[in-house]
Amino acid sequence: MALRTEELMLNMGPQHPSTHGVLRLVVTLDGENVMDVQPDIGYLHSSVEKMMEHRTYVQNVALVDRGMDYLIALNNEQAYCLAVEQLAGIVTPERARYIRVIFDELNRIASHLVWLGTWAIDLGATTVFLWCFREREMILDLFEKVTGGRLHHVYYRLGGVYADLPEGWVEECGAFLDYFLTRVDEYETLLTKNPIFLARTKGVGTISRADAIAMGASGPVARASGVAYDVRKAAPYEVYDRMEFNVPVLTDGDCYARYLVRLTEMRESVRILRQALLNLPGGEIRARVPMTMKAPRGEIYVHTESPRGDLGIYLVSDGGETPYRVKIRAPSFSNLYALTEMMKGWKIADVIAILGSIDIVLSDVDR
Amino acid sequence: MNTLKTSTTMATGSATPAAAPTGPAGEPLPRRSQISPIADAVAIMDQIPGGGLILTTVEAALNWGRASSIWPLTFGLACCAIEMMAAYASRFDLDRMGIIPRATPRQADLIIVAGRATIRIAPIVRRLWEQMPELRYVISMGSCATCGGPFYYDNYSILKGIDQVIPVDVYVPGCPPRPEALIEGILKLQEKIKREPILRQQAAAALRGA
Ligand code: SF4
Repeated sequence: MALRTEELMLNMGPQHPSTHGVLRLVVTLDGENVMDVQPDIGYLHSSVEKMMEHRTYVQNVALVDRGMDYLIALNNEQAYCLAVEQLAGIVTPERARYIRVIFDELNRIASHLVWLGTWAIDLGATTVFLWCFREREMILDLFEKVTGGRLHHVYYRLGGVYADLPEGWVEECGAFLDYFLTRVDEYETLLTKNPIFLARTKGVGTISRADAIAMGASGPVARASGVAYDVRKAAPYEVYDRMEFNVPVLTDGDCYARYLVRLTEMRESVRILRQALLNLPGGEIRARVPMTMKAPRGEIYVHTESPRGDLGIYLVSDGGETPYRVKIRAPSFSNLYALTEMMKGWKIADVIAILGSIDIVLSDVDR
Repeated sequence: MNTLKTSTTMATGSATPAAAPTGPAGEPLPRRSQISPIADAVAIMDQIPGGGLILTTVEAALNWGRASSIWPLTFGLACCAIEMMAAYASRFDLDRMGIIPRATPRQADLIIVAGRATIRIAPIVRRLWEQMPELRYVISMGSCATCGGPFYYDNYSILKGIDQVIPVDVYVPGCPPRPEALIEGILKLQEKIKREPILRQQAAAALRGA
């Protein structure tokens, strides 16, 4: 007699230690094999786009910290300030633009460290988590000395930044960079050639270049599949066009490639930081922008390279003090499209590894 | 005294009058409340001289154990959860206070509601709380969990305070609260746990439920 089998629907989340927030995955299983995965999102929808319509351009800087991807508050501020500045024709002083690049890159490293730590803990490597957070605390200390905040800074202003770097900060940051490079090598000793790690990530969760483009993936996810696209190179903003750095591109498209891309990105960020610290000009840090700023009637789309990918802001102004409409192109949301394609055909245990490897932040997905 | 009286009346009320319990030789056995061993023990201790002191000492020992091994549920909602993770990690190291995160509500006795809760997630938070075994505690971490936050007061999707769905023991203010602030909140919770007359509470709960 033939054994009767049927597919099993498994709910993962919203409370699950490895969903990195409140994502719910509806996984269809045939035995241990994943047949289909449907992400169910919206558990953290904080309606930030709507709220931004009710706050002035100046106030909204505080909102994008929290309402968008909360791990990369400064990169959000960067995208938002850039959009308003371009719309209103505000010119940022040279020094402020360098400071912004410094903080963007520091925040990129901090975000990648959280990703590496939490992903490693999902795969059973607890030490990596502790090590990553050790270095992250140092970055947060650097942040705190300038912005006063650890996670949410409200540091960028329309037309510049809020405060100048305190005395000795540049040297301290330089010393941290030297130290940090040795630590990245240390993470590699734990993971890169670790047979367990290799077995769980190498060749797992592949996505082809064509699929990655079709799904709208960007950032490290796309670059691990061979899409050589980085907004910092393709459409440079602030002073990225003066920086020398490489964009890591791999063609495997698996979890391991995504891991390598991000590790290399951290090293490249250190390179950018070194150049920015070295060439930091003096002068003003902020252009004069009135508190009751009005943007001229019009619309603008600005995109930047956030640690998770292509972060875009579309802003419509009707000439008033508040934006008429804001649309955020969230990189995590687009990367989530690729998830189903990546997971099909793998085992249930790989779901965790693949989900962690796209570095998802639910606040960015749901907004 | 009072407890004992209540328990005996309730026990006699529910027992069948015909079958009084007897020993092997037919002698009547000492009466018991048949409700809960803790309720019995508390009633007996209250009767004997100095029993209250012993009871309090036992309670203090139990509470010391409970307060020193609070196991929270790993459940993060938004930004505050990142600071919660930082509190678990290297620098702040909550492990040294006996705080070990558990992945399932069945093993947890504390839920730290870290971050803004949407109206959509509220029933799930409630269900998680209901799945936790009794003597459970709730810390509301951050302004959002406490009252809807410094930003989300005029918004359609965020719950204005998690205390609308579950009872909160300690509120930790901040946006986000620093890990030190969370640790302070946990110390406050430990103080609260250490003050609880746990045996008397359990006895009273057992009698209420009987
Ligand atoms: S209190 Fe602040 S940090 Fe915490 S969840 Fe709300 S917005 Fe985020």
